[in-house]
This record gives sequence, C-alpha cells and structure tokens, in this order.
Amino acid sequence: MSTESTLNHPGNTHPRTFTQAQLEWRPWLEPLREDELTERHFAGLVDASRARSPYFRLLARDPDILGARTRTDKDIFYNPEAGLPRAERELSAAAASRFNGCIYCASVHARFASHFSQRTDDVQRLLDEGVQADLGARWNAIVEASVALSATPSTFGPAHVDALRAQGLDDLAIADVVHGAAFFNWANRLMLSLGEPQELAAA
Amino acid sequence: MNAVVSSPPVLQPVDVIDQLVGIAPGSALDQLRAQREQARTQAQQSYLALFAPTDSVAGHFEIADRFAVAAFVAGLHRQPDVARFYRETLAGKGVAQAIETEVARGAAQGPYGRYPEGPLSVEDDVGPVYAVDDAHRAVFGERLSAGLAHAHLLVFHPRDASPAALQALLDAGWRTTEIVTLSQLVAFLAFQIRVVIGLRALVTTSA
Repeated sequence: MSTESTLNHPGNTHPRTFTQAQLEWRPWLEPLREDELTERHFAGLVDASRARSPYFRLLARDPDILGARTRTDKDIFYNPEAGLPRAERELSAAAASRFNGCIYCASVHARFASHFSQRTDDVQRLLDEGVQADLGARWNAIVEASVALSATPSTFGPAHVDALRAQGLDDLAIADVVHGAAFFNWANRLMLSLGEPQELAAA
Repeated sequence: MNAVVSSPPVLQPVDVIDQLVGIAPGSALDQLRAQREQARTQAQQSYLALFAPTDSVAGHFEIADRFAVAAFVAGLHRQPDVARFYRETLAGKGVAQAIETEVARGAAQGPYGRYPEGPLSVEDDVGPVYAVDDAHRAVFGERLSAGLAHAHLLVFHPRDASPAALQALLDAGWRTTEIVTLSQLVAFLAFQIRVVIGLRALVTTSA
C-alpha cells in the first residue's frame, strides 16, 4: 500500500494567459528535501544552485536521467559554436511551448528570446496571437518548423528544411532548430504533467 | 517478475539516433552532430539511463515495462522504424501484439487539451481520453495499464495533466520516484523521435 500522495495547491493563482513575466512552479508530487540530496543527486542536478528548485529536486529522484537530460539541454541552447543564434534557439523553444500549451516554459523562453533578440513585441505577439502570428519571414520559418515538428504525429519534412535554407540557415543552424524544438517536447511534458505554474503577486 | 521481455534486452552499443536516422561515420550529418558532441553523447546517455539504469536507486520500474511503454509511445508517433526498434525487445506474440492493437486504439492527433478557464479557453481543443482495453488489462496488469494511459496523456494532451492523473498512477501501484522515471521516459522519447524526424528530413534534402 502506498502512503505517497499528490500535492494540491488550492490557493494557487494559476496564470490565465501566456506571459513573459516571471512565474513560479508548484509540484504535484513530493520533491526530495534539500537535506536528502546526496552526491549522486547533485551530479544529476549538474548546477548545485538547482537544488533550490522544487522542479529539479523532484526530477532528482531519478538522478541519472536528470543529469543526462541537463547536459543535453545545455549543449543545445548554450553551445556558442556556430549554428543558430541564441535568440532563435530560444524562439524555437518558445514556439514549441506555445503550441503544446506550456505556460511556464513559454514564459521562460519567450523572456530569453526577447532578451537576446530585443524583439520583445514580436515575442509577445507569438504569446498573444499564437504560433500563426506573423513575425517576419525568418522567424515565421523557424516557428513553422518548430510547430510542425511538435505536432503528434509530426508533420515536419523537407519543405520545412527548404524554407529554413531560404532564410539563410545552414545545416547546423537547421539542426539547432530541430534540437531546440525537440527538446521542448521533452521539457513541456515534464513541466505540464508534474506540477502547475504560479503567478507571482504584482510588485 | 514480469513476462513482457523474452530475454534480457540487448542494448545497442551504437548511438540510437544515428542508427535510426542512418548516419554513417564520416558522413556530412555525422560531422554536423560532432559539432554538438555533448548533445549527441548525452542524448544517448539519456537512452541508457532510462533503458539500462545502473542500479535500483531510482525505484522499481521494470525494464520490460519500460520497453513496452516505449513501443507504445513510438507507435503513437507513427514512426514505424522507431516503434520497431523498441518493439524488438518485447516477447513474441502476447505483449507485442497487444501493444500494436493499443497503438491503433489510441491513435489521435496532438497537441489537444484544455487551458485553465479564462482568455485561453477559446483555444481549448478536446480530444480522446485513452484507457487500455479491458481484454488487454490482463496481459499488461493494472500497473502497466495505468502507465500506458498516462503515456497517452503525455504524448497527445499534456496540458490536460492533473494531480488526479498522478493519483491514478499511485493508486495503481506506482511510487513517486517511478512516476518521475515514467514521465522522463515518455518525454525523452518525444524528444528522441523528433530529432530522428528532423535529421532525416535534413538528410533527404542535403545538396
């Protein structure tokens, strides 16, 4: 008989729209406590500072997959060597998150996309109008490719690759679009299914 | 123990994504993946962490059941080669056939689901809620049947997720840590399958 149960947050103020504002995240299952974390858990967290996050302390229950996942994430988004500019890797993440409906992930990566591109209004239109928003030819091609890849079953194909090439993306940049969107199909499913976003009180 | 696997799974020493895309050493795509060496290595490490975990620190989610869930998830993505890769490990008739039938029963188009009530409600898109067929519950058992239902939720309509969906897993005998692994497994496959699809499209259009 299991004594484990889910966590509920009846007083939580759940965001009702997509936003670039900072959100919190509340787990529906018990994370490890910080004082329970062993060396192996910290190896999974990769950055010790992630021990403060209930999301990462919940995922740390299976530290090996968390560690491999975290390192995959870092190379896809932070590797500065050639390929797609950082702003557009974040755009692929934000587009996949908007399409899948992950308000939390979309908030983080829309914020990053705005920060790196300085195109805050265009990013906000992606959030407000959805993935059909007209963001200019190059961004449209990236969003369309990310969305096609995120559909289940996927509708991504050679036409999307051609459209990205027509916007000047080389093969490594196209592979970065693929990986950015694909990775958020991983992240969105964890964030959406293991807890809920929380709106912070206005300052 | 569980009768889902005929023999201990033989894990491929080769990189699974390379194998499924058909990337030959020295090819243009091989060189391209080499430029994101960590992403490539750690995607494979993720596969190994899920399907060949080093010890039982992460709960008691049978390897056989992991492959059954994977075969189901790959089938729902309608990627026959990936589905075959995960199904090869399943024992002959019973389970493999039951998974195939359940893939057909679970067919849908995602993402769909409901948003929290408010301005986004206009984007609500209702779709099927899946449960394993009664006849197959005996083949899979209650616990794996609940795991397959949760996998379907994550594949097609993760925004319908809820504490109640997790409670259903706990009620079927899943523990918290095992639910984390199940969630990672389904979500990882959503990634792996899309990388395969994306890189394949890149291969077919290479000049």
